Amino acid sequence: MTETQENNPSRRSLIGWGGAGLALGAAVAGGAVAMAKAGDDVDPVAAETGGAVEFHGAHQAGIATPVQDRLHFAAFDVKTEDRDAFIAMLKDWTAAARRMTAGKAVGEGAYGGLAEAPPDDTGEALGLKPSRLTLTIGFGPSFFDKFGLADRRPEALVDLPKFPGDNLDRTRTGGDLCVQACADDPQVAVHAIRNLARIGFGKVAIRWSQLGFGKTSSTTPDAQTPRNLMGFKDGTRNIAGTETDRLKKFVWVGEGDGPAWMTGGSYLVARRIRMNIETWDRTSLQEQEDVFGRDKREGAPVGRAKEHDAPFLKAMKPDAHVRLAHPDSNNGVTILRRGYSFTDGTDGLGRLDAGLFFLAYQQDVRKGFIPLQRRLSAQDALNEYIQHVGSAVFAVPPGVRDSGDWWGRTLFSKEA
Amino acid sequence: MRAVRLTVTAAATAAALTALSACTAKSDAKDGDAIQVTAADSKCETSAKSVPAGHVTLKIENKGSKATEVEILFPDDRIVSEKENIGPGTKYTLTAEVKAGAYEIACRPGMKGHGVRQKLTVTGGGTTAARNPKLDAAVAQYRTYAQDQADETLPKAETFVKAVKAGDLDAAKKAYGLSRLGWERTEPVAESFGDIDPKVDVREDGLEDGQKWTGWHRLEKALWQDKKIGAEEKALADQLLKDLKDWQGRVGKAEITPTSMANGAKELLDEVATGKVTGEEDRYAHTDLVDFKGNVEGAQKAYELLKPVAAKNDPALAGELDRQFAALDTLLDKYRKDKTSYDFVSYDKVTKEQRKELSDAVNALAEPLSKLAAAVVK
Repeated sequence: MTETQENNPSRRSLIGWGGAGLALGAAVAGGAVAMAKAGDDVDPVAAETGGAVEFHGAHQAGIATPVQDRLHFAAFDVKTEDRDAFIAMLKDWTAAARRMTAGKAVGEGAYGGLAEAPPDDTGEALGLKPSRLTLTIGFGPSFFDKFGLADRRPEALVDLPKFPGDNLDRTRTGGDLCVQACADDPQVAVHAIRNLARIGFGKVAIRWSQLGFGKTSSTTPDAQTPRNLMGFKDGTRNIAGTETDRLKKFVWVGEGDGPAWMTGGSYLVARRIRMNIETWDRTSLQEQEDVFGRDKREGAPVGRAKEHDAPFLKAMKPDAHVRLAHPDSNNGVTILRRGYSFTDGTDGLGRLDAGLFFLAYQQDVRKGFIPLQRRLSAQDALNEYIQHVGSAVFAVPPGVRDSGDWWGRTLFSKEA
Repeated sequence: MRAVRLTVTAAATAAALTALSACTAKSDAKDGDAIQVTAADSKCETSAKSVPAGHVTLKIENKGSKATEVEILFPDDRIVSEKENIGPGTKYTLTAEVKAGAYEIACRPGMKGHGVRQKLTVTGGGTTAARNPKLDAAVAQYRTYAQDQADETLPKAETFVKAVKAGDLDAAKKAYGLSRLGWERTEPVAESFGDIDPKVDVREDGLEDGQKWTGWHRLEKALWQDKKIGAEEKALADQLLKDLKDWQGRVGKAEITPTSMANGAKELLDEVATGKVTGEEDRYAHTDLVDFKGNVEGAQKAYELLKPVAAKNDPALAGELDRQFAALDTLLDKYRKDKTSYDFVSYDKVTKEQRKELSDAVNALAEPLSKLAAAVVK
């Protein structure tokens, strides 16, 4: 080591520093290093094998991590007034989530325990791969009416306004907290929600839940955008898990963006959007393409050749979905989409009860979903074929840092 | 009730209770082996406190003024063998095959109550499992409770049956819910007999091919849906009473163990979750909340009796069960006029939102209740 190296380290001398340099980096930017575990870096091996996604990190997994194929999303209501009992449940949930995301059974497992007692784990995920299961928790506005947390509610966690055309079903709307379970195997996702619900009995009760069977968005760069049930690609310019700058700008809550307990977190909007599948299917190809502003075959914007080509918005109809939703039409507003198609059988009138379960993460709902949806709900040509029937918004806290940490710690602890 | 279900004794620790076959016929047992039992209005004297395992004979003489009943009992009060209705001044010889273990001989003057007890040790013939006196006491008290429920049900069932036979729709409807209460409180015991439940408590959708629909729910449909009482219904009412008397007479012999009590409590909550919360149980009468309350009371009784042991082994669980029973009781109280009344809101008037709230409270209780059996045997 020389003085000049200290003042003006060359590439070669940096390599020479070895461990000291790495240690320095970790000390200065510990958050950033941890962030890479669950937040930003895509683990190609896990993605290919249906392996495990790291549960710990600066951000919760299930936001910027690669989108899995299946979803079970559950909104819960709090059923206890006992703060300690609720915190104990959050710790139990965290321990169970840690095990399940690693592909392990809950508690003492699904067999081999006392014959007189029901097993800790319900067993249906035995023998299945971890399937990239991610579990992501969020707290809704109504949660902050409880446990004396009113002064902890972030300003950004606003109640969503009523948008034109909303026809919200109370039993599919709201919730004190939520858990998003995503996995490549539906049984793994359902197993996770089922076991968390079981652990939660007496403390929380499921208010509503939604299964999703096909991802409609991708957070993996260069991947084809999956099609929605209308047969179109939508949200092709989604934020990728590798786009650290865009994530920081549009998704993660940074220091000073709100209460300290939310730093590293995000805000989630969930909307159950029913599609009028049958009427859509009777619509001419030309109108379908005009409505979206894309061609159906490739998903390319009007006048362009490829899905990811930059759209020429003025070539589209004024009420085309892409034109209205594009950041360029919305002062740059960008959200991270993570929605799933759903089909909950039929509606009793012989029509599919199907659509998009829209999930979007953003740094601030007031700058993200709300202005975007105001515009869309007023003008979007797609409105003729869709109806928003469920809605919820959640503050998604930062990630669980390590094996001693737990979901919601920063919210319930004084120091954060 | 469903027609087919596991009985309460299925996984019970029945092995701890020495299996045996008993008979109450007169026998030619050798005089030298016989135990002399002298029963009177306030005493019960036995000539021996210990006998070898095998064929045991009781020579009973009733020197009291009332008819009496003499029983050989397991430590948890399950009946090994019994003779009812031994008149004043009469004699009877009771025999049984008894394995080694601790027993009691009970004389019940007037054929009711706890009776006067004498210890009986049966020696040899293999080892017997160690017993927990606290748990034996819990089972014995629970059996008494189950018997009381059956005894109290009979007059209420008679009121119901009389009204049906009189063709009095209103009176029959009024008596229906209450006639079921004792049954609902102790349903797992009744179901353990296997053959009674399908006769008295089966719902139309639970019938097997070729099974005739009898019992409460058949009459419920006649009263609320068909709104008429015919000859067939009157005959079914008589049959119901006969089947319930059969139940009453068999409670004492039911195999009840601490585990089956705990699991029975959980099963009662299962009943609530699958039948009452959904409104399926009394789909014509909508008296589901009466059954609901009965199920919860029966579960609570079993829990309270097991609590001394459970609270020692798992205090956190006992605390949670206390809280959740109280929470569910408070919630149910909203649906009745006062805390002593069994006049509950008709279930068709309970909104979907309220049913969700009830369902959440049932889940909150049933989940920890499913861990009671393990806490008792720990």
